[in-house]
Amino acid sequence: MAFPHRPDAPELPDFSMLKRLARDQLIYLLEQLPGKKDLFIEADLMSPLDRIANVSILKQHEVDKLYKVENKPALSSSEQLCFLVRPRIKNMRYIASLVNADKLAGRTRKYKVIFSPQKFYACEMVLEEEGIYGDVSCDEWAFSLLPLDVDLLSMELPEFFRDYFLEGDQRWINTVAQALHLLSTLYGPFPNCYGIGRCAKMAYELWRNLEEEEDGETKGRRPEIGHIFLLDRDVDFVTALCSQVVYEGLVDDTFRIKCGSVDFGPEVTSSDKSLKVLLNAEDKVFNEIRNEHFSNVFGFLSQKARNLQAQYDRRRGMDIKQMKNFVSQELKGLKQEHRLLSLHIGACESIMKKKTKQDFQELIKTEHALLEGFNIRESTSYIEEHIDQQVSPIESLRLMCLLSITENGLIPKDYRSLKTQYLQSYGPEHLLTFSNLRRAGLLTEQAPGDTLTAVESKVSKLVTDKAAGKITDAFSSLAKRSNFRAISKKLNLIPRVDGEYDLKVPRDMAYVFSGAYVPLSCRIIEQVLERRSWQGLDEVVRLLNCSDFAFTDMTKEDKASSESLRLILVVFLGGCTFSEISALRFLGREKGYRFIFLTTAVTNSARLMEAMSEVKA
Amino acid sequence: MNRTKGDEEEYWNSSKFKAFTFDDEDDELSQLKESKRAVNSLRDFVDDDDDDDDLERVSWSGEPVGSRTRPGSFQSLSDALSDTSAKSYAPELGRPKGEYRDYSNDWSPSDTVRRLRKGKVCSLERFRSLQDKLQLLEEAVSMHDGNVITAVLIFLKRTLSKEILFRELEVRQVALRHLIHFLKEIGDQKLLLDLFRFLDRTEELALSHYREHLNIRDPDKRKEFLKTCIGLPFSAEDSAHIQDHYTLLERQIIIEANDRHLESAGQTEIFRKHPRKASILNMPLVTTLFYSCFYHYTEAEGTFSSPINLKKTFKIPDKQYVLTALAARAKLRAWNDVDALFTTKNWLGYTKKRAPIGFHRVVEILHKNNAPVQILQEYVNLVEDVDTKLNLATKFKCHDVVIDTCRDLKDRQQLLAYRSKVDKGSAEEEKIDALLSSSQIRWKN
Repeated sequence: MAFPHRPDAPELPDFSMLKRLARDQLIYLLEQLPGKKDLFIEADLMSPLDRIANVSILKQHEVDKLYKVENKPALSSSEQLCFLVRPRIKNMRYIASLVNADKLAGRTRKYKVIFSPQKFYACEMVLEEEGIYGDVSCDEWAFSLLPLDVDLLSMELPEFFRDYFLEGDQRWINTVAQALHLLSTLYGPFPNCYGIGRCAKMAYELWRNLEEEEDGETKGRRPEIGHIFLLDRDVDFVTALCSQVVYEGLVDDTFRIKCGSVDFGPEVTSSDKSLKVLLNAEDKVFNEIRNEHFSNVFGFLSQKARNLQAQYDRRRGMDIKQMKNFVSQELKGLKQEHRLLSLHIGACESIMKKKTKQDFQELIKTEHALLEGFNIRESTSYIEEHIDQQVSPIESLRLMCLLSITENGLIPKDYRSLKTQYLQSYGPEHLLTFSNLRRAGLLTEQAPGDTLTAVESKVSKLVTDKAAGKITDAFSSLAKRSNFRAISKKLNLIPRVDGEYDLKVPRDMAYVFSGAYVPLSCRIIEQVLERRSWQGLDEVVRLLNCSDFAFTDMTKEDKASSESLRLILVVFLGGCTFSEISALRFLGREKGYRFIFLTTAVTNSARLMEAMSEVKA
Repeated sequence: MNRTKGDEEEYWNSSKFKAFTFDDEDDELSQLKESKRAVNSLRDFVDDDDDDDDLERVSWSGEPVGSRTRPGSFQSLSDALSDTSAKSYAPELGRPKGEYRDYSNDWSPSDTVRRLRKGKVCSLERFRSLQDKLQLLEEAVSMHDGNVITAVLIFLKRTLSKEILFRELEVRQVALRHLIHFLKEIGDQKLLLDLFRFLDRTEELALSHYREHLNIRDPDKRKEFLKTCIGLPFSAEDSAHIQDHYTLLERQIIIEANDRHLESAGQTEIFRKHPRKASILNMPLVTTLFYSCFYHYTEAEGTFSSPINLKKTFKIPDKQYVLTALAARAKLRAWNDVDALFTTKNWLGYTKKRAPIGFHRVVEILHKNNAPVQILQEYVNLVEDVDTKLNLATKFKCHDVVIDTCRDLKDRQQLLAYRSKVDKGSAEEEKIDALLSSSQIRWKN
C-alpha cells in the first residue's frame, strides 16, 4: 500500500526558496512605507500570505493593524494605509472611496497599493478616473508561485479560468510567462518543452521573449528539470468534471482544500471545534493515503490504528527507565500520529456519511456510463431527476456538461428540456449561466445535422472577411466539437477490464477513476513523453482542435543529466485536479519519472462550474 | 542613467561592499546568491535612475548606514535584506513602477508595447493616426499580453470615435474580446450595449441588458425592469423564459404581500404552526410551487397562490408537479393528500394507484420526510420490480413487505437470512417462524 518512490527516482528541487523570495519582497515593499501603518488585505490573498509570513513578521515591519478588504468603510485611524490586493476593479473602487472620503473630511494620509502578482492598466485607469492617481503609490508584489507541497506549485489564480476560457482575456498570460521565467532562472534552463492549447502556446512564446530579452542568466547552467509540459484546461474538460475518488481529491470535493489546508468541522474532529489542517507530504498519515483510491483508505487506516495501539501497548511491562525513554522519545511521535490518524478517520467517516446520503454509487454509475457512452437515455433521465429534485445546482450543471462534452453536445430536444427544468428548479437568472457555458464550449447543443460546419465554411468563402468573422463567431461553439468519443477510442481511455479492476494494485492511471477512465490530460502527457514529440499523435491533436497549438521545442541535451531528464514540470493553464496529480504521480512511479506540478490554481468540478455561474448580486 | 550589466558587476564588487561578495562560497550565502539571481531576473536593467544615493545613505530603519555594523553571517534573507547592501540589488522591486515616466518620443510601436508589458507608464499620445493606433494594437495582440492589449484599448477608446473603434475591432476578434471584458468589468453598460448593437450580436445584447436585473434589489423595480426585457431579441426559447421570469416575480410579489399579512394577523393555522422561514421573493419556480403546495394546497384554481394555478401558468410537467407536491405534503405529514396524489379512478369507478415518477422515488421521498413504516410499506408494495421492492423494503425496514415478498418468491434462504435482522421475540420473528414451519409452501430452496 502507500506508494513508495522508486529508489532511482530523481530528487525534487527545493522550492522553499520561492517562499523566502516572496516573503523578502513583501518585507521590502512594506518597508517602502516607513513607519507604522495599517494593512488592508484582500480576502483571497490571506491564505497564500499565511503560507509565507505570519503576523509577527508583519508587525516587525511596522504593520499595526490588519484589516480585510471588504465593502465597508474603514475604521482605521492610522496615518498610513497599505492595501495588499489582487488587481481588480472593485478593489480600486473601494480604495478610491476611502481616499475620497478622507479628502472630503480634509484628512491627509499616505496610501500605498501593493498589487499581487501584478498591476493592470485597467486598475490604474480607475484610480485616475476616481481622481486619486498620484495620491496613492502603487507597487507590485510578484508573488505568483506558492509551493503548496514538495511537488506542487500554485499560482493561486482561480480567476484565470474564467478570464481566459470564458472571456478570452489574456491578462494572466504575462503572469504565467513571468513565473516560468523565474523558475527557469532558479532551476532552469528546461531543455525540452512541449505544449498543447492556444493559451499554452501564447504563454510559451511570451516566456521565450522574456528569456531572449534578459538572456545570460541561465546560459551555461546545467538544467535541473529536463522537461516542461504546458497544457490548457480546455484540452480536457472531461477529467476535471468527474467526481473524484482518490482520497485527496475526495477531500477536496467534500471539504474544499484551500491553499493546501482544509477546515475540518466538528463532524470530523469529533469535538465542538473546527480544525484547520495542512495537507501535504509532511503529514505522514495523509502522505500515505492521499493518492489511494478511497476504497483502500479504510483498510490502511485501521491497519495503522492497530499498529499504533500495539506501540502504545508496549508500555505495559516497561520498567521505569524504559518508560522514561518511551515518554521522552516516542510518545510525542505516537501522539502526533494518533492525532493525524483520528483526523483522517473522522474525515473518512464524514465523507462516507455524505456520499451515502446523496447516493454516490448511482452518481458514479451515471458518470461511468457517460464516459463510456452507453445508456445515454438513462443517464439523461438521471440528470433530469437530479434537477427536478433540486439536489444541487452545481452538481446538476456538472452532469449536464459531462453529458454535453462526451456526446459532442446535447440533442436539441434534450438541451431545451433540461435547460427549462434547470431554470425552473434553480432560478431563471441561470439563463446567463447557460449562455456562459455555451460560450466556453462546456454545454452546447448539437447542430441539426452535421452539415452546418460545411455550410459555415462555404458561407465564409462567399462573404467578406467582416461578415465571415461574425459567422465564425456565431458558430464558434460548433467549430469546437469536443470529439471525446473519438479521442477516447484513439487513446484507449476506457480500459478493457476482464473481471474486477483491482484498485489495491492499480495497473494504470485509470485507478483514479475506479478503473473506468484514464484521465485524458494525463494520457496526452504520457504519450508525448514517451515519444518525446507529438509524432504519431496528429489525429488526436486534430480531434482536440489543437492542430495549430501543439508544439515541441528541444535543445541539445548534452548538459542535462539523466536524472534531470526524469524530472518533468507540468503546467496546467486553467487549473488541475488532485486526481490528475495522483494519476501522474502514479505514472511517475511506473516509469521512474517525477512530476512537478505548476497550476494556475487547484481546481475541481464544483469550482469550474461556479466560475461559470452567474451569482445573485 | 541606463546602467549596463557591466556597471552592475562593478557596482557589486566595488570596495564599498567588500563586506560580502557574492563570490563567497559560504553555505549560508548560497541561499542569498540564488535569491539574488532570482531577484535580479525580475528587474530591468534598462533604466535605473540614480536614486541609489538615497538608498546608500539611509537604511530602512532610517538610521545612517555607516552606524550599522555589518555582521559576517546572515541568519535569513530577510535579515540580510534589511541591510542596505543587500537592498541595493533590488531597488526596482520597491520603486513604484508608475514613477518610471517615459518622456521619450521615439519608441516604435513594438518598443512601446514591450515597455508596457514591463509595467512602465508610457505615453501613447503620439500615436495619432489611425494607422499608428492600429499598428500599436496589432503589436499588442501579437505579444499576447492581455494587460497590454487592454492598455492600448483604453487609449483607443479615448481617442477614437466609437464607430471607428467598433469597426476596427470587428475584424480583430482577440482585441474585441478584451474590450468586451473590460467594459463588463468597469461596468460601462452603455458602451457595451452600443458595441453589441453595432456588431449585430442581438442575443448578447439582450442577455447583457437582462443581466442588470441582478443589481436591482427592490422587487417592484426588478419586476418593472424584467418587463422591459420581454421584447428584447432573445432566442425564441429564451424569450419564453424571460416572460416566465417576469410572471413568476409578479406572482411572488402578490403572494408575498398576501401571506405576510396572513402571517402577521395570526389567524391562519398553517402559518401559526409553520412560520415562514424566508420570503418567497426571487425564489425559483419549483421552490415557489413547493411553498404553494405547503401553504396553499387546497386553494381553488382561481387564486394566484394555488398550486394548480402555478402548474397551468408555467406549464409545469406532471412529473415535476407530483414530485414537489409529494415532498410538500409529506413534510406536513398529510398522508391523505399523498394518497390522493396517486389515486386515479378509471371510467368504471375503480381506483388505481399510479405515479408518474415511479413508486421507488415516492418511497425515497417519503422516507426522507420521515414517513412512518405503515405509510412507507404501502408504497413499497406498489413498486413493480421485485428486486427493487425487496431492496427498498430491507433498506427502510418494512418487515412485512420483505417477509411477504420472500414468501411469494418461495425463497426460504432469504427469509432465513432475514430472520436474523428482525428483533428477537418480535411479531415479525413469529411470522417468519410460522412461515418457515408451514407445510403449505413449496420452497424453491
